[in-house]
Amino acid sequence: MAPDRLLALVLVFAPLSLVSLGGGPSIFAEMQRQAVEVHGWMTEAEFVDLFAISRGAPGPGSLIAALVGWKAAGFPGAVAAALALYLPSSLLVCAVGVLGRRHAASPLRAAIERGLAPVAVGLIFAGALALLRASEAGVAEVATAVLATLALLHPRASPVLVLGAAGLVFAALGAAGLAPR
Amino acid sequence: MPDDALRSPATLPALLAVFVRMGMVSFGGGLSGWMHREIVERRRWMSEERFLAALALGQVLPGPNSVNLALQIGLHLRGGIGAAAAGIGLLGPPFLVILALALLYGRYGGAALVNTALAGVAAAGIGLTCATGVRAARRMRGVGPFGIAAAVFVAVGVLKWPMVPVVLAVIPPSVALAWRSARQERERRGA
Repeated sequence: MAPDRLLALVLVFAPLSLVSLGGGPSIFAEMQRQAVEVHGWMTEAEFVDLFAISRGAPGPGSLIAALVGWKAAGFPGAVAAALALYLPSSLLVCAVGVLGRRHAASPLRAAIERGLAPVAVGLIFAGALALLRASEAGVAEVATAVLATLALLHPRASPVLVLGAAGLVFAALGAAGLAPR
Repeated sequence: MPDDALRSPATLPALLAVFVRMGMVSFGGGLSGWMHREIVERRRWMSEERFLAALALGQVLPGPNSVNLALQIGLHLRGGIGAAAAGIGLLGPPFLVILALALLYGRYGGAALVNTALAGVAAAGIGLTCATGVRAARRMRGVGPFGIAAAVFVAVGVLKWPMVPVVLAVIPPSVALAWRSARQERERRGA
């Protein structure tokens, strides 16, 4: 693959890294526009396929960037896109973190941490609601999420078992022709 | 109660191993829930307050939330090399898996049953996120923090206002409130 494609990938994803507030979902639209309309690395339908694959893969949803890079320029493209998406924001986060460590003992820092906790709680539930909305959740998904919440409030409950059981139940419903979606 | 075997020190290999595991078992979001469970509850590597502060900070800064949180956990535990281990552990294996999946998908097409099963896994993953929120909320004291949490949820979750301005507007009063209650607690202890 031509090196100018790798450069183009870096030039698409590195700026996205620094504006991707809240992570993947905030930059999907721009990623799609760049990959399909601006650079023509793939068709609209192919991008939708990549989105489906990234939803079914482990890890953060933003790894769809690796798929876009792979489609544009093979394995080197995947590496270039992932590095360009993750490195700039990661360096910024580490810089802020190091600054915070310098002031570890200050009472102001303790108050900042304590004051951020309720903000985090609100964001956690807002995130859960956004995920339910994005997956166009029906009754089965909402019921599963509620049951999983109750089960996982037990300190001894294993997330692997709870998540695995939910997957098996959905697969069984699907196989029986009662597909939840 | 956390099992004693898990109360091990946060060595670099242990840190890498736990992030590799979390990266590979998280489907459809819920990574912050996994990290809370593994890092705060089971291993007690980080206090609840520090974790939640890192979570909120990671959402305000650019970059994927889960990656930002992982980097801050790694940084807190083992410094820069710890941040690198957390980031590579979380992203490396799923990066290879997603490319392998794309190759298989291109060859055989999507399997409907697998997609259905993954919808179930993702729904339960939302439950993991909610359980984290409930546990964190249980530790909050007084009406103020609950009011702030509710305001953030309604503004960002229900009304879909842009997250960053909302969070930036809410942080100063929330920190002022925390500062005041910390002072009151000190005075009560002193009296």
